[in-house]
Amino acid sequence: MVSKSFRAAINEALKLEMRRDKTIIVLGEDVAGGRGGSANVEEAWGGPFGMTRGLYKEFGPTRVLDTPITESAFVGATAGAAMTGLRPVAEVMFVDFTGVCFDQIMNQIAKIRYMFGGKAKLPLVIRMLYGAGYRAGAQHSQCLYPIYTHLPGLKVAIPSNPYDAKGLLIAAIRDDDPVLFFEHKAILGMKGEVPDEAYEVPLGKANIVRAGKDVTVVAIGRMVHMAEKAAAALAKEGIDCEVIDPRTTSPLDTAAILASVRKTGRLVAVDEAYPRCNMATDISALAAQEAFSSLRAPVRMVSPPHVPVPFAAPLEDLYIPNADKVAEAVRATVKYTPSS
Amino acid sequence: MQQSRDELLKAYRVMSRIREFDERLHVEFATGEIPGFVHLYAGEEAVAAGICAHLTTRDHIASTHRGHGHCIAKDCDVNGMMAEIYGKEAGLCGGKGGSMHIADLDKGMMGANGIVGAGTALVCGAALSAKTLGTGGVAVAFTGDGGSNQGTVFEAMNLASVWSLPAIFVFENNGYGEATASEWALAGGDIVRRAHAFAMPGHQVDGNDYFAVWDVMRQATERARAGQGPSLIECKTKRYYGHFEGDTQNYRAKEEIETLRAEKDCLKHFRARVSEAGLIDAGAMDAIDAEAKAEVDAAVKAAKAAPTPPASALMTDVYASY
Ligand SMILES: Cc1ncc(C[n+]2csc(CCOP(=O)(O)OP(=O)(O)O)c2C)c(N)n1
Ligand SMILES: [Mg+2]
Repeated sequence: MVSKSFRAAINEALKLEMRRDKTIIVLGEDVAGGRGGSANVEEAWGGPFGMTRGLYKEFGPTRVLDTPITESAFVGATAGAAMTGLRPVAEVMFVDFTGVCFDQIMNQIAKIRYMFGGKAKLPLVIRMLYGAGYRAGAQHSQCLYPIYTHLPGLKVAIPSNPYDAKGLLIAAIRDDDPVLFFEHKAILGMKGEVPDEAYEVPLGKANIVRAGKDVTVVAIGRMVHMAEKAAAALAKEGIDCEVIDPRTTSPLDTAAILASVRKTGRLVAVDEAYPRCNMATDISALAAQEAFSSLRAPVRMVSPPHVPVPFAAPLEDLYIPNADKVAEAVRATVKYTPSS
Repeated sequence: MQQSRDELLKAYRVMSRIREFDERLHVEFATGEIPGFVHLYAGEEAVAAGICAHLTTRDHIASTHRGHGHCIAKDCDVNGMMAEIYGKEAGLCGGKGGSMHIADLDKGMMGANGIVGAGTALVCGAALSAKTLGTGGVAVAFTGDGGSNQGTVFEAMNLASVWSLPAIFVFENNGYGEATASEWALAGGDIVRRAHAFAMPGHQVDGNDYFAVWDVMRQATERARAGQGPSLIECKTKRYYGHFEGDTQNYRAKEEIETLRAEKDCLKHFRARVSEAGLIDAGAMDAIDAEAKAEVDAAVKAAKAAPTPPASALMTDVYASY
């Protein structure tokens, strides 16, 4: 196996799938880029983060489409196209920009199949960057996947590493339902083992990143790495964490999470999204309802405070949950005694 | 020339300070000390200066991600801007916004914006306040050629027209939205043609010509202040740097920028015009350039030395109560 970056894994998934199925198209702002510029190149950018580079050259203008800055129109178009024979993969640069096309996602894409009594199929993917840590300020740093997880009809994938990024994206493209696909901008350069061939990581199947017996730590996306780091530190203190990466929040692998909580009797849920109604609250509620009798300590949640993402570096660093905060929460669950 | 010597000196001072500010940021960004995304306005100074020359603090502007020029033209404090860009407590937004969110409501500056096209809707609201409260103010939205295609912008123009608001929609057509040429992305080629669809006057001018911008803005503000409704102004210009700092710019030829700087520079153009007319001598403008250099240099030094916001700032400014 070869070591590849998260970015390369995404790019490879797109290429392999486009070769396999001619109905797959890629669209978004600057996904080819450079059209009409004075350097006269057809493909200059491949998106601002270079995620789609090389696609235009290989698949040409009918399958790789630059769009004007019109998210409502091109995201809505993915629904129309998906209902009528294409399998679109749209890139909306930053998830924050989906504010502009929220209706198309929430009222159109998420509901069409149900409202039409199952007559429509919407095989589409919307890829977006998310997350803090880039010093990009309040409108370029959000997570927002809890909003989309909230909506029936949508699937939500949040890969934490290059292997999952490729496998989940391929599964998302092959899936007959709309999938919102979240890529953390701070891990695009992260490397990992990624096979050259196409493979699927199934949507709805959690990854037990680290097996352990004392505390279950469920973490999403980039936070998986914070949880792993915390687990490594805690191991030296004799605390054995089981780290679970759900990989997708919709569908959510509740069975894997509950099995682990029943085993360890303790849960720490880690989410980079705003703390109210996020994945940590959702997973905590799941454990409270379904595994109450197994719990030996109150569930702990590690999330940022309820504020927009600040720009100044020291404030943003304070804002983002880190390994220390995860470790602290884990220790609290281990130290807990019912009388305390 | 319809402008007094003082007005012209003021306009040159605005353009010179914008140029110096962004040229310096280009240098400072390369050192790695400036966090986040920075979009430079250098090359487009005549637009901000020509538009804002007609505005006072009772008038409002809404800016874009490329907002430094608009801020300076609307009289925002350069030290506060620089500190904001460096993420310092002394910044105009306490370091919470950064380059993409510099705002100063006391100056009528409703913020740079990270969401393309969003400012046009804000401007409808500010124009509505001006109309309802009878302030006599106008509100101006700056938007790029790329932003001109955003649905919000069409809705805002229609609303402004239907409500007959004192709003002015200024489009800075600099030829590119990120890497994509406006020639490709703009159906119909010209933004100005869209004015017709929304029943408002449309002007298209050379955005490198301060005097041309100033003149159409005079017409648009007179109309707005007279209660006759909105106008659209399309300024053709070009940015001297990449979309953001760090952009390789492989979508445009090197010569494009070299030619621009040599032949289309708005500051050079201004200098030539006022010198030929015998209104301001080169020495006076050189002195302004020197002042701008010193001002920006001091702002950079102060911003670098300034303290970052305290940890307690993380949890403030969320609601009116805290
Ligand atoms: C709604 C939204 N979509 C996309 C972006 C990403 N983006 C930031 S600036 C930009 C290009 C804007 O081009 P233009 O309006 O011409 O302004 P210029 O950068 O040329 O000044 C894009 C696509 C964004 N910030 N907001
Ligand atoms: Mg532009």
